Amino acid sequence: MKTSRKSKVIIYILLTVVAVYFLAPFVYMFFTAFKKEAEAIAYPPSLLPENWSWQNFADAWNAQPFAVYFKNSVLVTVGTTLGQVLSCSLVAYGFARFQFRGKNILFMILLATMMIPWDVTMIPQYMVFKSFNWINTLKPLIIPAWFGSAYYIFLMRQFLMGIPKDYEEAARIDGANAFQIYWKIFMPIMRPQLILIAVLNVITVWNDYLGPLIFLQDRSKYTLALGLASFKGVHSTQIIPLLCITVIMIIPPVIIFIVAQKYIVEGTSGSIK
Amino acid sequence: MKRRKELKKASPYIFISPWIIGFIVFTAGPLILSLIMSFYDWPVTSEATFTGLGNYVKMFTEDAQFWKSLKLTLKYAAIFVPLNLGIALFLAMLITQPVRGVKIYRTIFYIPAVISSVATAIIWGWILNGDYGVLNYLLSLIGIEGPNWLVDPAWALMAIVLTSAFGVGTMMLIFYTDIKNIPIDLYEAASLDGANSVKQFFSITLPIITPTILFNVITSIINAFQQLTLVMLLTGGGPLKSTYFYGMYTYDNAFKHHKLGYASANAWVMFVIILILTAFIFRSSSAWVFYEAEVKGQKTGKRRKNK
Repeated sequence: MKTSRKSKVIIYILLTVVAVYFLAPFVYMFFTAFKKEAEAIAYPPSLLPENWSWQNFADAWNAQPFAVYFKNSVLVTVGTTLGQVLSCSLVAYGFARFQFRGKNILFMILLATMMIPWDVTMIPQYMVFKSFNWINTLKPLIIPAWFGSAYYIFLMRQFLMGIPKDYEEAARIDGANAFQIYWKIFMPIMRPQLILIAVLNVITVWNDYLGPLIFLQDRSKYTLALGLASFKGVHSTQIIPLLCITVIMIIPPVIIFIVAQKYIVEGTSGSIK
Repeated sequence: MKRRKELKKASPYIFISPWIIGFIVFTAGPLILSLIMSFYDWPVTSEATFTGLGNYVKMFTEDAQFWKSLKLTLKYAAIFVPLNLGIALFLAMLITQPVRGVKIYRTIFYIPAVISSVATAIIWGWILNGDYGVLNYLLSLIGIEGPNWLVDPAWALMAIVLTSAFGVGTMMLIFYTDIKNIPIDLYEAASLDGANSVKQFFSITLPIITPTILFNVITSIINAFQQLTLVMLLTGGGPLKSTYFYGMYTYDNAFKHHKLGYASANAWVMFVIILILTAFIFRSSSAWVFYEAEVKGQKTGKRRKNK
């Protein structure tokens, strides 16, 4: 397709206007995080800080046990990601590479679970976890991930469906059993999909607010998202510390996305077909 | 040998067993428990008592807040879903244009979708602030006196819509990958026939992506109904409960007022409404969704199979 010079200019103008809309809040927040409180609420507002006060970040970080929240977030994120990658690849492999009784019905059920609003399961889940004595621990946030997630299983199954049958047949002749085939042959093939699931999960779990809100009570158990939200509750009059922590909180998912966006873009194209 | 054969037969079930266990413990069990609870008066501290349809009767006949929150959520969905869909499609069209550097824009457009709603709520709460918020300052530069977004009941809903539209990237990306997969020769043939780009959009792009539109409509309705984090952190349901969405109403009934049975009934009503809306959209879809297999007869079923 040829694009004329005039329409190219229009496209660039539109792209830039939208980009400014999406980026401006972050840029402005980043600069403001270095300002003095009075400067931040001055009228008319300025873009750049008068003095770059790095101390703002240290003050905000020490205002609450953010190091503990950060550690908890890392624990939950790593713990769930390992669980999801392992369990979803297993389950997807089962659905994609075998014929067995009840397969279609079970797969339909799996798809249907994606329709269930979280509001319906949150109350009984709370009670189930309470009966396990898991409330106010990180367990309800980590352990369910070891049993797979419908959407990730679906994504991975779609990918596995497209791989020719010969792959396991050759291995089977060599005497390998199903688990060896899964682990030695398919895990390497699934690598891009495993990375996709890991990245999606890291972003989702790192950002999750409602799970920690319901299942955690003590500050020593808070994750960063929950800590930041509660910080907002007590610090509603001071904007600078809040923006400092927000900047820290959004850096990991943004970096991970930028590094791994290739997998997300490619993974999305297979997902809804 | 026999044992080996049995193992072979059992192995698919062993592979899917994590999901089956998880499904029973974390989904099916809670789902049934929730339905049972909805027929009980179930306070956190004292004994639960069976009330039959009591919770549902109360909700429909006595609880004015139920109707208010439901109407509010429907209103929000009615604004949010088409707006979000339109913006997502527009942006997807923009980033599929064959110009240099377009991938950088794709990255930028998606970034707001990877940050936490907690962060989004803080950033927008600050931008929309009526006293020192930068949005009203920018509006004042062009002579508009901005409303007090989060404090004025007439504007708070719009503030939520504005903020949630910030995360349009996910949907944009789904449209984007679908548009990218449209064979280029379709456009070439059309432009030989003299169709301009507007006509190409309506006669080629739009019909081909209707299954994706269907998918996005349904997921965004579900998301709109479940909207909770943003309202909690941006407006707290206020001012004057003007953004007290259904999700927040249910959450408060459960975890603030400790009426677990009643909140379960609230949640089930939401579930049924979502199911009805989805079924309705699916039924209507035969009139406006075109599957490739029907149109071209080639690539049969590839798109259809998993729908």
